[in-house]
Amino acid sequence: MIDWADTVWRLFTVFAVLIGALLVAAGLIWVERRLLALFQNRYGPNVVGPFGTLQVVADMVKIFTKEDWVPPFADKSVFVLAPTIIMAAVLLSFAVIPFAPGFQVVNLNVGLLFFLAMSSMGVYSVVLGGWSSNSKYSLLGGVRAAAQMLSYEVFMGLSLMGVVLLAGSFDLATIVDAQARGIWYVVPQIVGFVVFLIAGSAETRRLPFDLPEAESELVAGFHAEYSGMKFGMFYVGEYLGITLLSAMIATLFFGGWSGPLLPPFLWFVVKAAFFVGLFILLRGSLPRPRYDQLMAWGWKFLLPLSLLNLLVTGAVILAMA
Amino acid sequence: MFSLLRTLWLVFKHAFSPRITVRYPQQVFTLPPRWRGRIILSRDPDGQERCVACYLCAVACPVNCISLQATEDETGRRIPAFFRVNFSRCIFCGYCEEACPTYAIQLTPDFDLSEYRRPNMVYEKEDLLISGPGKYHDYNYWRVAGVKVGGKDKGEAENEMPPVDVRTLLP
Repeated sequence: MIDWADTVWRLFTVFAVLIGALLVAAGLIWVERRLLALFQNRYGPNVVGPFGTLQVVADMVKIFTKEDWVPPFADKSVFVLAPTIIMAAVLLSFAVIPFAPGFQVVNLNVGLLFFLAMSSMGVYSVVLGGWSSNSKYSLLGGVRAAAQMLSYEVFMGLSLMGVVLLAGSFDLATIVDAQARGIWYVVPQIVGFVVFLIAGSAETRRLPFDLPEAESELVAGFHAEYSGMKFGMFYVGEYLGITLLSAMIATLFFGGWSGPLLPPFLWFVVKAAFFVGLFILLRGSLPRPRYDQLMAWGWKFLLPLSLLNLLVTGAVILAMA
Repeated sequence: MFSLLRTLWLVFKHAFSPRITVRYPQQVFTLPPRWRGRIILSRDPDGQERCVACYLCAVACPVNCISLQATEDETGRRIPAFFRVNFSRCIFCGYCEEACPTYAIQLTPDFDLSEYRRPNMVYEKEDLLISGPGKYHDYNYWRVAGVKVGGKDKGEAENEMPPVDVRTLLP
């Protein structure tokens, strides 16, 4: 016997999250340009539509009417496949995020692991994109991306283990519940939060960590040969990544949908939006580190720090028990 | 580490400072008078053309956008028969203005030149000539030049003595 009401609700959740995430990511392109302009005493796109909001639509029209060019020297099938991987991986990660009580696509009991697995999948997109382009800039970008994302993934996972220890579960809904009853995990896990913030922005290849694209060195890095909507997918994938990361930070460290007065979903949106703003501010203010600095900072500082954090958290939990 | 946070804060503070963008087509603004924009040919205070068709501007022009042809009018003044500036070539370097011995050719603060057809960017003498003296109000080349032109003989220019009859100096 099929429960129709439940099925319809589940379908609604799936499409709401899918379309919502894509719309938010597209809107973020406008938000980022306006916010950057605000930080740099400019106006940004303000002509197309009210406050320039239709700039995204105009850009989409432009990008869809561009020639869908595959370079003759590229490995065609991999070249076409690469941008879809990042979109799919990031959109799949949205499935496990609890936006509000009961508003979640799947309630996986390994939700956090699923998120980490999907962010590892994102590496393939960048590396394959860089490799299949068969151009030296793209290859260098791809190699950098592989090294950067693999190194930062290690302690991105480790930095979240403190949260898992405190909540006693990999299930994101349970983690949020535990925070709603107790305190937000940003307080006991401040080190884990900072490490996750840094590792997460390195994982989405955001500007302080945009070495794989580094336009001043590598033209456009791994997507140098991409044009048209295939480039657009990389672009939207990056903004989806920011949205996902902000949502994950809000979920894991800032109590997800929990909060007084306002409805739960609104709380979630407010918290996520704050971190989106923070990422844009990071982009607007920080310079790109050198490649060896990036690696040294990751392996010699952040990895030991996250291990230490895990050790201390475990010891404290043991002592309290 | 602290400097990174300080940078974040300083950049964030810029969100509350006024924007420096001038929204050009909606917002009108004045440029400094010595701005190098559209080229004009000025007239002297008497309303006559200043240009003496010496070709110095055409020679100084690095992109060869000025072409002209010298002629003489009925009073004996040298004037250009035609004077043509191709603004689709002009780089607004101002060398022509520097080269001009009579302040005739000048650059103005008008910068928004645009046309739908490229030939419309070629300005002829009647397009270039303005009715006033431009940046130099009192200068009149023919009044200080020791050249005989209609209505002014040798020695009648400003700061000029009447010509000396060299034969009277003979011993």
